[in-house]
Formats: sequence, C-alpha cells, structure tokens
Amino acid sequence: MIEIVPRENVSRGMQALVPVIAAVVALLLAAIPLWAAGAPVIPSYAEMFKGVFGSMFTFTEMLTRATPLIFTGLAAAVAFRARLWNIGAEGQLYLGALAAVWVGTGMFDGPPMLMIPLVVLAGAVAGGLGMLFPAVLKVRFGADEVVTSLLLNFIVLIFVQMMLEGAFKDPMGLGWPQSAPIVDNAVLPQLLPRMRIHGGFLIAIVLALIAWVVMSKTVWGLRLRAVGENRAAARHAGLGVNKVYLTVALASGGLAGLAGVSEVAGLKGYLTADLSPGFGYTGIIVAMLARLNPAGVVLAALYVASVFVGADSMSRAMGVSSFLADLTVSMSLICVLLGSFFVSFRLQFARGPAA
Amino acid sequence: MDILNIFLSESFWAASLRIASPLIFGVLGALLCERAGVLNLGIEGIFVVGAMTGWMAVWLGAGLWGGVLIAALSGALFGLFHAILTVPLGLSQHVSGLGITLFATSVASFTYRTALPQVSSPPRIEPFRALDIPVLSDLPFVGPVLFQQTALTWLALLMVVVVWWVLNRTALGVAIKAVGDSPDAVNAQGLSVMKLRMGAVVAGSALMALGGAFLTMSAFDAFFFGMVNGRGWICIALVIFASWQPGKALFGALLFGMFDALQVRLQTETGAFIPGQVFLMMPYILSIIALVIVARKADYPRALLVPWRKGQR
Repeated sequence: MIEIVPRENVSRGMQALVPVIAAVVALLLAAIPLWAAGAPVIPSYAEMFKGVFGSMFTFTEMLTRATPLIFTGLAAAVAFRARLWNIGAEGQLYLGALAAVWVGTGMFDGPPMLMIPLVVLAGAVAGGLGMLFPAVLKVRFGADEVVTSLLLNFIVLIFVQMMLEGAFKDPMGLGWPQSAPIVDNAVLPQLLPRMRIHGGFLIAIVLALIAWVVMSKTVWGLRLRAVGENRAAARHAGLGVNKVYLTVALASGGLAGLAGVSEVAGLKGYLTADLSPGFGYTGIIVAMLARLNPAGVVLAALYVASVFVGADSMSRAMGVSSFLADLTVSMSLICVLLGSFFVSFRLQFARGPAA
Repeated sequence: MDILNIFLSESFWAASLRIASPLIFGVLGALLCERAGVLNLGIEGIFVVGAMTGWMAVWLGAGLWGGVLIAALSGALFGLFHAILTVPLGLSQHVSGLGITLFATSVASFTYRTALPQVSSPPRIEPFRALDIPVLSDLPFVGPVLFQQTALTWLALLMVVVVWWVLNRTALGVAIKAVGDSPDAVNAQGLSVMKLRMGAVVAGSALMALGGAFLTMSAFDAFFFGMVNGRGWICIALVIFASWQPGKALFGALLFGMFDALQVRLQTETGAFIPGQVFLMMPYILSIIALVIVARKADYPRALLVPWRKGQR
C-alpha cells in the first residue's frame, strides 16, 4: 500500500527549481514524439536551438512572441492567486484589441504622447470589463466563473467577426474581414531597427515588475492572497471577499486586454479574427509554469515562446509537425504539476497489510 | 409565420436530436465524474482525442464498432491520467483538467499530422448510417425523427438510461454519489474512496470520448482541426444546468440541440436583417443565462473539488 506523506522540511530552493527541472524534462520527453515521427533526434534539437538563438532576428522574434504571453500569463497568475478562475483571457484579449482599434483608427488623431496611452487604456478597460462580467455573475448569482468566462471567449470571437464584417470593416481591405489600420501616432514604437520587437515588450516587463511588487508588498496583494488561500477564513476575518474578486477580475481582464492592444498596435497594425493563436489559453500554462509568480511569468513566457519559435523552425527543417511545440509545452505543465507535488510530498511504501 | 413551420418540420427535430447526441455523451461523462467529486475540465481535449482515434481506427480498418471501442479506450486512458493526478495525488482539479485538455489536444493533433503529413483534405471513412427500421421508420413524423438517426444516437440515449439506472438503482451508484458528497462516510463504510473516484472518472472520460467519436463517425466522415469547437465546455455548463441528474442532462442537451438547429434555420430566414453571427452567439449566451438562473439553487456535490486523503480532514 502506498501512502502520501507530507515532507517536513520543504526547501525553498527546490521549490524554485521545480519549473526549471520540469522544463528540461519536458524538452527531453519531446524526443519520444520526435523519434516516433522519424526525425533524427539530436539534429532536430540543434535546429530548435538555432531557431531561437541562431541570430539576433530569431532571438527578437522569440521576444516578440513572448510579449502577449507575458500579458496573458500575468492575467492568469493574478486571478488564480485569488482562486478566481479566469479562463477567458482569450476573449479579453480580443476585447482589448477591439477597443484599441476602435480608438486608434481615426476616431480622432493626436500626438503619440496622447494616442498611445489612450489606446493602451481603452484596451485595458475593455479587457477588464470582459472579466468583470463573469466576476459579477459569480458574486451576485453564484454562477461558476470557469464556465462563464470560458463561454464568453466564444461569444467575443463571434462578436469580433461580426464587427470585422460590419462596423469595423476596412473599406480599403479588398473585402477581407479586417479592420482599418491603426493611425501611425497610435502605433507602439519599434525597439530595434529591422526587427519586429516593439514597445509592447517593455510595457509587459514593467507590468510584470509592478504586478510582483503589488502582489508581494501591498495590502491589496495580501488580501488577494488571503482570499486565494482560504476564502472562508478571509471572509471570517472581515476581508471584503467580493470586493477582492471584483478588483482582481478588473486587473486580470485588463492585463489580458493589453495582450490584444500590444498585438494590434505593436505588431499587426490592424485587427483580424485570427489575431491570437490561443495566447489566452497558453497564458494559463505560462502562469502555472511560473507557479503564479509574476516575476516567474516573464521567464515562463520566454521558455514557452522559445519552444514555439524553435519548434517552428525545426518543423520546417525536419518535416516534423509543428504540433510538437504544443505537445512539449503541455508536457511541461504536467511535469511542473508533478514536480511541485513531489517537492511537498513523498510516497511511502508501507510494509504489511494496509490498515 | 415561418417559425411555426420550422417547429412542424421533421428535419428540424431530427437535426436537434443529431446535434444533441455528442452533448449527451459529454454531459453524462462529466456528470459521472462530478457526482464522484471530481471536476474534469479535460473534457474538451478528450472530445478531440475521441474524434481523432475513432476516425483513425476506422480508417485503418478497425470497423465502426472497433472505432467506437478504441475511442472509448483512449478517452479512458486520459481519464485515468486525470484521475491519478487529482485523486491519489490530490492536485488542483482545475489545473489538471486544463492540462489534460491541452495535452490530449496536442497528442491528437500531433498524431494526426504525423500520420498524414502533407494532406490538406483528410481521407474519408464510411460513417455510421441511419438505422432504417422497417415499419417504424415509416411512421409519420416520429419515424423520420427517431429512426433516421444512427446507432450512435441510440447508444447515447441508451447511456442516459444506463447512467440513470446505475446512479439511482444500484449499490454502486449510491456509493458513487456518496463519495462525491461525503467521502469520510464512504471510508467509514469500508469502501475505497480512491477506487470509486478513479473508476467514475475513467468511465466518465470514456463516455466523453464517445461524444468526440460521434463527430467523426456519425455527424461527419473525417477529422478536422477545431471540429470540437467548445462542445466539451458546453457540456460542463450543461451539467450544472442539469443539476447532476441524467434525465435533466438529456433535456438540457436536447434543448441546446434545438436551439442550435433553430439558429441555422432562422439564419436562412432572416439573414438579410440580422447578422448571422447573432444566431451563432445564441447557444453560448443561452448557456450563460441558464447557468445564472440555475446556479442559485444548484445542488453541487458537496465534496466536488475537495481532495480526500485517508486520515485527514
């Protein structure tokens, strides 16, 4: 009979190492599908590595890919810390993008000093409201936010398609369902010449720092964690639990909305219905890999983006399906789950008959 | 008005039942897991796995019922994975479920792409045919609605009865419901909380995979990326709507199927005035409204989401 025994001295160093070990193990496990697909394993890994660190261009491409993942990862980390299950980051991303396009396509024009903050703010507010709605349904009616925030993803995406074929359609778009381009003054500046990396990356890094400080050093952060760790005790201690949920929802949705702003105003320039290849959902993995730590979110997003960008170029070079990237990332998540379990618990094989 | 004609047409009711069929499997599966106290958010991925393996097994020559069996087994396998993570190890059911969805979806997609590297349109299989039962299918109205469905729809309806019977008329069912309400009491009775919970999750996940298999083996004749398109998540909403009762689960799935079928028909009627997307949104909006209405009096299994360890409270 196997028993699960909590470890007495859980080393903090070990806990911090878990995601790193899990990432390495998942990368090694990726050799199995590589081998099954008939690709030479070592050269494939070399291609993967080259696909990220091979040149300044590939490296900055990875950073560009990581940018929306930092935003959506922070969105999930902040909400999950309070055990508010925001599974709707994908929809909130599109709401943010839609608001950015709404404000940024010639509603009015001004200097960049005005336009950029305006577009960013509009996107954050739209995303925030997108999560506030499920949070209100939870607080007011007890409707499960996992389901409501998830279903909203589908509603928002259909709404975006409707807008792109209707009110937001670019008259110059040759019939494609896409929005008009954002005015030049609202476009986030490029960071390096001839590279696609843009100001959204800096905003993401700064917000990760802010989120880290707020979560670990402020009263609000303390309340948030208290609600997440034990809702009943927090309520008993007189913390406004519902108020915490609502503010966390606004912050989380706002962060996800910024992912949309950054993709539209930093990278693409206009909105299409395929703006995000699931950044909202991948953000959940990023947050879990980071063990809900905002500073860790940056590292986790860089790792996930590296796997995606690296596997992309490997799949081109070796003819292996690029779904290998999704497979590796999801295996990383499961490895982190198992890893954090085995840091806190151990299995004990009891001798004799089970009592 | 034309809407009346829609409700009077046989094809509308036949379509409603057809659209409801995969949801019936999914809701029953999710219901079984949750009754035992385990939320299974892996459902969306398990749908994809069921759709892919069922189709691929038939394509490789396993026969239609062989495909159904293989789909169920692959669903059970991912269910076992979720069960191990959440029941003995007691990890967060939310997180594990989302992880299973991502893992299952990527395994299915990778396998499909590796087997068929450069194919743009997947090879078709000969799917389940409508069961044409002599005399009965010639009945007016009822005939076409019920007896032009495939065997998998009938299997879904049969499963409603089976799950209801097991939960309400057998000792095993009493134990499953008890383990989702009060595992300590079950343990005190000398039954194994672990085995009951893991068994329910494995069986429930096998049912979920059949919902996916319905898509490739009955509704369509091939596997496409994105074909599950949120059906699994709808099932999670429908379980709450159904208050964890198999009978109400059937009703909820049929209601949803009706709404979806209505949406397609209204779109063709009113297409010029209202954008088609408004109708596409409706099933999701309806689900949220239903959740809000039902949520207040929802009678959650009391131990849902609560891991249980022997000797701990």
